[in-house]
Amino acid sequence: MSASAVKNATALPGRRGLRRSRLARPSEFVAESLLLFAALSAVAITLGIVFILVRESAAFFTHVPIVDFLTDIQWTPLFESPRYGILPLLAGTLTVSLVALAFAVPVGTITAVYLSEFASPRLRETVKPVLELLSGVPTVVFGYFALLFVTPLLQKLVPGLPGFNMLGPGIVIGIMIVPYISSLSEDAMRAVPMHLREASFAMGASRLQTAVRVVLPAATSGVVASYILAVSRAVGETMVVAIAAGQQPNLTFDPTEAAATITAFIVQVAMGDLPHGSIGYQSIFAAGLTLFLLTLSFNVLGWFVRRRYREAY
Amino acid sequence: MEPGTHDLRVLIGRQRLCDVLFEGLGAFMLLMSLFILAALFINLAIEGLARLQPDFFLDFPSRRAGQAGILSAWVGSVLVMLVTAAAALPVGVAAGIWLEEYAPKNWLTDVVEINVTNLAGVPSIIYGLLALGLLVHQFRLGESILTAGLTLGMMILPVVIVSTREAIRAVPQTIREAAYGLGASRWRVTRDHVLPYSVAGILTGVIIGLSRAIGETAPIITIGALTFIAFLPPAPVSAVPPFINFEWLSSPFTVLPIQMFNWISRPDPAFQSNAAAAGLVLVILTLFMNAMAIWLRYRARKRIKW
Repeated sequence: MSASAVKNATALPGRRGLRRSRLARPSEFVAESLLLFAALSAVAITLGIVFILVRESAAFFTHVPIVDFLTDIQWTPLFESPRYGILPLLAGTLTVSLVALAFAVPVGTITAVYLSEFASPRLRETVKPVLELLSGVPTVVFGYFALLFVTPLLQKLVPGLPGFNMLGPGIVIGIMIVPYISSLSEDAMRAVPMHLREASFAMGASRLQTAVRVVLPAATSGVVASYILAVSRAVGETMVVAIAAGQQPNLTFDPTEAAATITAFIVQVAMGDLPHGSIGYQSIFAAGLTLFLLTLSFNVLGWFVRRRYREAY
Repeated sequence: MEPGTHDLRVLIGRQRLCDVLFEGLGAFMLLMSLFILAALFINLAIEGLARLQPDFFLDFPSRRAGQAGILSAWVGSVLVMLVTAAAALPVGVAAGIWLEEYAPKNWLTDVVEINVTNLAGVPSIIYGLLALGLLVHQFRLGESILTAGLTLGMMILPVVIVSTREAIRAVPQTIREAAYGLGASRWRVTRDHVLPYSVAGILTGVIIGLSRAIGETAPIITIGALTFIAFLPPAPVSAVPPFINFEWLSSPFTVLPIQMFNWISRPDPAFQSNAAAAGLVLVILTLFMNAMAIWLRYRARKRIKW
């Protein structure tokens, strides 16, 4: 595949009929081939991910029927009689992500509407980089924050909340994904043409009415895409849940309980010393494949939804 | 019945009030985000500031919390970042150049573009699994600095590619045309004109990528590098010939976020102030790197007027 592409590439200058010194040609060829090679590394990484995940998962599924994997309600790979049902891990992942969304969607959307429709350009330019710092803080630090600051705070509000729970880490992940929602949604709202706003103002609508009934609907696909991409982030988030949500697989949707997510399970197994090739070792790749497919489908969905709004105007 | 002027005034007044209320709500949400960032920082500072003595940076981890330090962790982080930058910078910049300056409009370009977009959305722990299966076991690189650096390099590759593309795209077409007009070849135009003008933008992306890599924990745990390290890797430079060696690449290591995670998971509260101190170092490092990136971008925008 790459060889034919390189051949095509070298044929290009000749077709253009440009005369150049003979010495310049080999360097052109070398430069272009190296650049193409670098670009193909992105493809190689994707192929590597798929190859490794599928190979180890295939070995895993020769021991565990795929039906058990998808329907068993227990995940106890390190027990005497191990059971491998992904559902408890999925439930944990889903619950944490929902808590995160419940926090991040209102905060992120209101921030975006405010920044796009109400704030002065100066305020907007100062605040945006600061908001982005929120997603730049290392996740392990957020894990510390969830375990030793947010959870004790929540324990005062919710009596009987255990030290490990999904509520605290969910909220902290919500804080982390606010910048994704606010900045992508704001971009979408600012892409709405000015004349729509002007028409609305001319009809006597107030700024809030214009923002909520004209700009927001016009930017729906961009805003929804930002939610979807934020979910994808929340689902793949690892350290916060590994530190603060407890690491016991637990089939529940109650955020006040402790539970493990897919990512937390991978961390837990990797921390132990599992021999290469054992079924426990393979199980983290099966869990990883599930996670990969989950985030991939969210990303693809988000991409499609976002493309729709780009074509709108 | 037509609404009278008075009714309209009341209506407008009500809408104005809604506007003001919403502005208050928006400002409150913004302040809350800033307040949370401040709370995180202050919480770390209260818990950890007392531990931030010079000894903390010069001591190895220890079973006694009071004597434990982050020497092996920060040295490990620096070395891993060297490998990460050495891997991601050339490959990412080259891929970005190819996509912007060379890529023909065909399926191959589409495939590369889709892959870059997709890689940016892959959770970091998946890169850890890739490294565990491929680098650690297939290529037998072990749980080494090289493995960790390459893993994080792959992770930040999309960031470097995307920022390179943005920086290159900002160079006006007229500059390329002028160079082509003088008979320069495509590579000459790229090397002598496009690249020099986009250095600031590229650097911004690399710094942001590295600031993400330096705080990344999950992939490093996944490759199995959660061990007690109370020694330093062999020094990369020495006073005797051959002066430079690469043994450090295959050395076991620990990094700052791993050390912090290790301390958080211990029940003894004394270790938690160590964790807070390590977290403080990490947050200050990442904030500093981000600020540097923002400053670079700002300067580049201000200085260059096409």
